[in-house]
Amino acid sequence: MPQFIKFGVVVFPGSNCDRDVAYVTRDLLHQSTRMVWHEDSDLSDLDVVIVPGGFSYGDYLRCGAIARFSPAMQAVIEHAKQGKYVLGICNGFQVLTEAGLLPGALVKNRDLHFICDRIPLKVERTDLPWTQSYQPDEVITLPIAHGEGSYYADAKTLTELEANGQILFRYCTPSGSLDTDGNPNGSLHNIAGICNSQGNVLGMMPHPERASDPLLGGTDGIKLFQGLLD
Amino acid sequence: MSILSSAPFSAAEIATEGLKPEEYEEIVHRLGRHPNKAELGMFGVMWSEHCCYKNSRPLLKQFPTEGSRILVGPGENAGVVDLGDGLRLAFKIESHNHPSAVEPFQGAATGVGGILRDIFTMGARPIALLNSLRFGSLNDARTRRLFNGVVSGIAHYGNCVGVPTVGGEVYFDPAYSGNPLVNVMALGLMETPEIVKSGAKGIGNPVLYVGSTTGRDGMGGASFASAELSDESERDRPAVQVGDPFLEKSLIEACLEAFKTGAVVAAQDMGAAGITCSTSEMAAKGGVGIELDLDKIPVRETGMVPYEYLLSESQERMLFVSETGREQELLDIFERWGLHAVVAGSVIEEPIVRILFKGKTAAEIPATALADNTPTYHRQLLTEPPEYARHAWAWTPDDLPTCTAKGIEIQGTQQSWNNILLRLLETPTIASKRWVYRQYDHQVQNNTVMLPGGADAAVVRIRPVEVRSQESGVRSQEDTETQRIANLQSKIQNLKSSPLSPLPGVAATVDCNPRYVYLHPYEGAKAAVAEAARNLSCVGAEPLAVTDNLNFGSPEKAIGYWQLSEACRGLSEACRELSTPVTGGNVSLYNETLDADGTPQPIYPTPVVGMVGLIPDLTKICGQGWHAEGDLIYLLGENCGNFEWGITNVEVSESPHSRTDAINCVSSPLVTLGASEYLATLHGTVAGTPPIVDFELERRVQAVCREGIRQGWLRSAHDCAEGGFAIALAECCISGGRGAEIVVPVGGWGDGEVEEDTETRRHGDAETQKIQNSKFKIQNSSHPTLHTPHPTPHSFRYDHLLFAEGGARIIVSVAPEQVALWEGYLADQLGEHWQKIGRVGSERSCLRIQVADNLPLISVELTDMSDRWQHAIERCLVD
Repeated sequence: MPQFIKFGVVVFPGSNCDRDVAYVTRDLLHQSTRMVWHEDSDLSDLDVVIVPGGFSYGDYLRCGAIARFSPAMQAVIEHAKQGKYVLGICNGFQVLTEAGLLPGALVKNRDLHFICDRIPLKVERTDLPWTQSYQPDEVITLPIAHGEGSYYADAKTLTELEANGQILFRYCTPSGSLDTDGNPNGSLHNIAGICNSQGNVLGMMPHPERASDPLLGGTDGIKLFQGLLD
Repeated sequence: MSILSSAPFSAAEIATEGLKPEEYEEIVHRLGRHPNKAELGMFGVMWSEHCCYKNSRPLLKQFPTEGSRILVGPGENAGVVDLGDGLRLAFKIESHNHPSAVEPFQGAATGVGGILRDIFTMGARPIALLNSLRFGSLNDARTRRLFNGVVSGIAHYGNCVGVPTVGGEVYFDPAYSGNPLVNVMALGLMETPEIVKSGAKGIGNPVLYVGSTTGRDGMGGASFASAELSDESERDRPAVQVGDPFLEKSLIEACLEAFKTGAVVAAQDMGAAGITCSTSEMAAKGGVGIELDLDKIPVRETGMVPYEYLLSESQERMLFVSETGREQELLDIFERWGLHAVVAGSVIEEPIVRILFKGKTAAEIPATALADNTPTYHRQLLTEPPEYARHAWAWTPDDLPTCTAKGIEIQGTQQSWNNILLRLLETPTIASKRWVYRQYDHQVQNNTVMLPGGADAAVVRIRPVEVRSQESGVRSQEDTETQRIANLQSKIQNLKSSPLSPLPGVAATVDCNPRYVYLHPYEGAKAAVAEAARNLSCVGAEPLAVTDNLNFGSPEKAIGYWQLSEACRGLSEACRELSTPVTGGNVSLYNETLDADGTPQPIYPTPVVGMVGLIPDLTKICGQGWHAEGDLIYLLGENCGNFEWGITNVEVSESPHSRTDAINCVSSPLVTLGASEYLATLHGTVAGTPPIVDFELERRVQAVCREGIRQGWLRSAHDCAEGGFAIALAECCISGGRGAEIVVPVGGWGDGEVEEDTETRRHGDAETQKIQNSKFKIQNSSHPTLHTPHPTPHSFRYDHLLFAEGGARIIVSVAPEQVALWEGYLADQLGEHWQKIGRVGSERSCLRIQVADNLPLISVELTDMSDRWQHAIERCLVD
C-alpha cells in the first residue's frame, strides 16, 4: 500500500471510540483521516474504513443490528467488495458480522459481565497487511472492553475459518497457551479477531487504538495500523 | 380562620408533597392566595432539601469558595477551575442514594447520567467519571443484590455513553445496609470559549426544550430523595427514573455543537424536579421570568396533567434560552442527532414562572419564591458531644489484649500478625476492587494514564478539542468555533508536537473514611480532605479544588445535625488549610432506614470529598507499586513506632518495683488504633478517636512527595490509609509484584538504651538496615528522678505499629542512585518526619517486617497476599 493513505472513521449515533481511532491514524501516524457520518454514502476517497467501537444506535435490539442498515454501512459493503480495507473494532466487529461482511456472531460474555481489561493475544498469521508488523506466534497485549464479545459460529463456519487461516488473533494466557484460562469471554476457538477469506476485512473485539500511545502504556496495537502503511 | 383550615388540600396532601404546615403557610403568604395542585407540587420539590438545601445552607456558607484558579464556584451546574494555557476543567459530584436503594440498576445508571449533564451543560466534554459507593455487609444477600445492581447500572450507563470510569472507592459496613450510597463525580474539559451559565437573559428570547420526551417516570424524585427510606419505599419505584445512555451520548454531541454556535444564551439540565426546577432556577438566576407552554412539550404518554409535566423527572432533557432568530439553527442540530427540540416558551420581563396548559395558565409563581428565597432552618447545635461519641472516645488501646511479637489473642484464639495481615487484606473495604472496575470501561477516550488499582488517584491526559470534518455532515472547526478555541487548539498541537513541552493531565480522587467521621465528625471530615489531597500528591498532582457530597442522616435530630455541622466545620477548615476551595457539590440528608420496629437507623455520616489536581507533566507521575528490586523504601510523615511513654499513675510509678507496669505507651494522636479497620475487623470494636490531622505536617509531606515525583527521584508513592502501615506496604508489594524487606526503626529492648541519637542513627549505614530514630520520650519530664523507661516486648503495642492509621504518612520507593539527593532534600524539608525503612525485594518474594533488633513480626508470601486481596470480593459474591 502507499505510504500515505486515507482513513475514514464511521460515526453512528452512539459510536464512542471514533475519536480514539482518529487520534491514532491522524495524530500518531499522521495520516489523512476523516469522519464518515452514518448518513454519508460516498467513501470513494478512502483507502481504509474503520468501523469504531461504541454502542451504535444504542445497541438496542442487538449489537450492531441497526447500524447495518445505515447508508454508510451500505457504502462500506461496496468498499469491501472492491477489495479495499475495512477494520471493525469491538462494536465495529459486531456491525461487520451483522452486515454479513464477516461470518459468525458476538454473544454475551461467558460470565455475563462487561469486561474491561488488558488481555494477551496470539497473532496467528503475519502475511497480511493487518499483521505483517508482528512476529509469527507473537503474544501481544491489547485492551478489551465489551459485554458481548464471545465469538460464536457454527461448526462448519469454524472449520472453514481454521482451514482458510482467517483467524488472526486468539485470546491466550500470558505464556501463549490457547486454553480456557486465557479466554476472557468464552469465545469459540479463543477467537478474538477474524478476517474474510480475501483478507481485506478484519473484525476484532480487542482495541488496538487503545494500545498505540506510549504515554498510556502498551503500544502493541499501533503495529496493526502501521502494517497498513508498509 | 387559619390558613391551613381554609386550604383546598388536606394536611395529608400537603405532607405528601414533602411540605410542613408552616411551609404551606409561607407559600400562601408569598402567593397571596392558596396554590393550586400543580403549584403545590412545584413548591414541594423546590423546597426539598435536595433542591434548596434548607437545612444545610447556613453550614455550607462557611466553605472557602474562592481561589486564583477558581473560574466558577458554587451555584452553577458545576464548578470550573483554570488549568492554565486556556484549559478549563468542569467537575462536580452528585448522589443518587435513595433511587439506588429502591432500584439499584436504574438508580445508579441515572445518577451517572445526571452528573454528566451537569458537566456538559457548562460547555464541557465529559472526560472522566469516578464513584464513591457504600454498602452494607456482603454477607447479606440483599446487599449483594444492591452491590451487583449498582455496579451494573454504573457500567451500563458509563460504558455506553463513552466516558471512562477511572476511579473511585467502595466501603462495606453494616451502617449502610438499608441505605447504600451512590455518589458519582464527573470531570469535563471546556470546549466552548465561554462557560455556559444557567441564568436566563434577554426578554423575548425563545426557550427551547431539548432531548428526550416527558413521561410520568421519576415523579417527585427530589421529595423522595429527601425522606427516610422504609419497607414501603419499594412502592415508590415509579419515583426512580429510567435512563437512556445512548440518548445522552447524542445529547452530549448535540449540546456541545449547539453551544459552539454561540446562539445559546443559557442552559440548564432537567435533573431533580425537571421542568419546575429548570424554569424557576433559570428565571431566578437571570432576574427575569419564563413562560412555558406544556402543550409544546414532546411527551411519551398521553393524558398527563400539569402536575405530572412539572414534576416528571424523565431523563436526558435540557432547557435552553436561545438568541432570538437563531433558534432554527439549534433545532437543526438536535434533529440531526435524532433528538427532540422545540420552542416551548420565552423569557418574560415579569420575574415569574408562568406555565400554560391548554390555553390557560396552569401555574404562576414568582421565580425567586421557588428557587431563590427558599426557607432556611437554623438548628440548635448540641452544647456538648453526644453520648455515643463521648463513650467511644473513652476507649484506649489499653482496652485491647496485650500482644507480643508473635501476635495477639483475640477472643480466645491466638492470631499471628501474618494471619491478621491476610485477614485485613481480604476485608472487602480493603481488598482489590477489580471485580468492580473491570466492569467499567476505564479506557474509552484513550486518555487514561493510570489504570484503576494502579495508583492512589486517577490520572487522565488532557487532550485537545476534537476537530471534525465538514464533509461528514458534522460541522468543522471553522464554522462552529471561535478563534479563541482555534488558537487554543494550535497551542495544544504545538505542545504535543514538541518533545520538550510537557503534556498536562488531571488527577482526581474521591475519599471519605466514614468510621472516622462517625466517631469524630470534625476530625473525620478534616481527614477526608487531607486524604484526598494526599492521594493526589501521591501521583504527583497539585491539589486544586473540591466538590463535596454530604451524605447524612436526618438534620432534624440533634445527633444528625451535630454530625452535619461538625463535619462541615472540619471540611471548611481543611479546605482552607490545604488551599482547595469548594466549588460545589451535593447534599443528601435523611439517609436513614426504618427498621422493622420503625426506629430510624442513620448511616455513618459520610462527607465524600471529590478533589481534582493538576499534573503539569504527564511523564512525571507515580503509581503505588514497587518498581524495581533494590529500590530503597521510605516512610514520610509521622514516624512509625513513634510512641511517647506516658505515666498514667504517678503514685505507682514512683515505686521502683512496679515502674515498668505503670508506664503505658501513649501514641501520638496523629496515628491511632482508634477508629481503625484493624479495631473494627479483628476486634469488632468501633471506638476511639480517629487520627488527628496536622495540617502543617500534611502540607510538608505532600509537597515533598510531589517534588520527589517531579524530580524523578520517586518510583512509587502510596499513602497509608485503612489498615495502616502494614497494609500499605502489602499493597505496594501486590501492585508492584515484588516483595520487601522492612525493618521498623523501633526496638533496642536488649540494651536498655532508649533515648538515641536520632541524627547518627537516621543517616547511618543503609546497607546494614540498622535503622534510625527511635524516639522514646518521657511525657512527664517533671520527674527527673525517673530513669528513662523502655518498653518490654510484651508491653509494646505491635498492632499499633503495624495497623494504626493516620499521620500524613506516605510510603515511597527510590532508586539507589537517587538516594543521596533525595535524603538531602528530605533532611532539609521534613526534619525528623521521615524514615528509611527497607528495600524492595525480588518478584515472587515475601513481605517481611521486623523491628530493629531482628525480631520478625510479619513474613508473608507475595502470592498469598495477592490471592486474598485480589479475589476477596468475588468470593463474597459466590458464597
